[in-house]
Amino acid sequence: MTIAVLLKQVPDTTARITISGGVVDEAAVGKWSMSPYDEYALEYALQLKESGGADLIAITCGPARASKILTDAAAVGADSLIHVLTEDSGMDSSNVQSLLAAAIGRVGADVVLCGKQAADTNAGSTGPGVASILGFTCVGMVSEVSTDADGFIAMRMGPSGNEKVSVSKPCLFAFDKGSMEMRRPNVRGIMMAKKKAVETLTPSDLGVSLIDSRVSLESHSAPAEKPPGQKFEGASSVPTVVSKLRDEANVI
Amino acid sequence: MEVTIIAETTGDSLHPITAQLVGAACSMGGTPTVVCPGGIGSGEASSISGVNKIISAEGECFDSFDSRAWANAISPLCEGVVMSSSSAHGREVLAQIAAIRQIPVIQDATGLEGGIRITRPIYSGKAIETSVVSPPCAISVRQNSFESPGNDGDAEISTVNSSSDVGVSVREALAKANEKLDVSEADIIISGGRGMGEPSNFSHLYEIADVVGAAVGASRAAVDTWDEIPHGMQVGQTGKTVNPSLYIAVGISGAIQHLAGMRSSKYIVAINKDPDAPIFGVADYGIVSTWEEALPILKDELAKL
Repeated sequence: MTIAVLLKQVPDTTARITISGGVVDEAAVGKWSMSPYDEYALEYALQLKESGGADLIAITCGPARASKILTDAAAVGADSLIHVLTEDSGMDSSNVQSLLAAAIGRVGADVVLCGKQAADTNAGSTGPGVASILGFTCVGMVSEVSTDADGFIAMRMGPSGNEKVSVSKPCLFAFDKGSMEMRRPNVRGIMMAKKKAVETLTPSDLGVSLIDSRVSLESHSAPAEKPPGQKFEGASSVPTVVSKLRDEANVI
Repeated sequence: MEVTIIAETTGDSLHPITAQLVGAACSMGGTPTVVCPGGIGSGEASSISGVNKIISAEGECFDSFDSRAWANAISPLCEGVVMSSSSAHGREVLAQIAAIRQIPVIQDATGLEGGIRITRPIYSGKAIETSVVSPPCAISVRQNSFESPGNDGDAEISTVNSSSDVGVSVREALAKANEKLDVSEADIIISGGRGMGEPSNFSHLYEIADVVGAAVGASRAAVDTWDEIPHGMQVGQTGKTVNPSLYIAVGISGAIQHLAGMRSSKYIVAINKDPDAPIFGVADYGIVSTWEEALPILKDELAKL
């Protein structure tokens, strides 16, 4: 079995996002991290590898700085690392989907794990789009996955609560918050990861011709500042607030 | 401009977002066709004002949720701009329809103008993105971002039989831990943070929620600290992003991750004993008090309404 895990480097969720000249100022981002839902995907990819003796390939698509998260993935146990190098893949996620699908095809993975959405764009299109291009079954909102006789058993959030589903290969699992946090690397893992080669591929290496983005960015802006609220001292103000909710805000 | 709306359902009826999608489509000058997967809610959908026609897509492939099977079955029925809810299921199906049809997809729009100009929050609401795309394209829309039109429609319903290979089979549906309203569905949310002291104190929040029909949410700190508070309740960047009419934050300091998930709520009330808590920066009405003192009064006052 060959497992691919798709990882994205994003501004850390604690980082402040600043706008400069109408766009998010990436140079001002203090800390870049692996997108949180991708961490769960990586943890469960490691568990699948350990239970079934598989090869685990970590793949990212992004600028040069993104290779750091591949080294982080190697430190916890990823076997090979692929960096699809793109400076700007555009607003439209279809280029990223094509590149990732081509990289997955190249390594022959039959199961793919990823986060349900990245913490920067918050879109959630990449995993399902990649599955569609590859013709893989797609299971989203997954919190656990394990191997079964001829496929996998996954826990996912269904329309009315959690569901245990069985899925056969080839398939893609998009992770919500998993039941287990990603393991932390040990010193040996970190040392080994530093020596692990990252295979860097360009779109042409993958035989993908990028299309012009069909979505054009007009601007980024800061969220509208709310007018300052009203502040009251002490629990005795609760009736006043409730009557304001009813008469001023009309929400109750 | 042709618009195809994929109906969102809850149980055997339409979810309110379906009518809001019709409102969104009409606001940008579209002529909406509503596709009802599994035929669910087609009667209801035909009465939404402004709907041009209904396609009731029936077939075994809609019996359970397999997003690839749904996308393969629905895609041939789509024309022009394809729209869905930005719920997890809506996004998953829409992204695959976009890949099949080779059209761009923009998820989680909160504003749409003819043209098509789209605004959507990114970085969990820390920034707003405005972009322009032309049809054909796929757009998912966040709940409560558009008004529902009225109910004086009478669109014609046509039935199509769909079939598609299903690759996911449900082995076991686990009952929800409780039948409480989910935060992503609620119009009023009352959330507790680590300031609640003990997870058992969330019972005070549930009592108030019952009075006003609210859902109970929690901060990440509360979810991470107490096993009794499940992740499904978490509001914030690694939990759910919500925009109810009223959000009441109790004992929540207001970490940036939490604010990202709830700052677009229409009205925010914060109850916190620390007058310098960052949550007061986004609150329309702040009450500096312990929850122990404030909540019993809040419950009584709400019960009087």
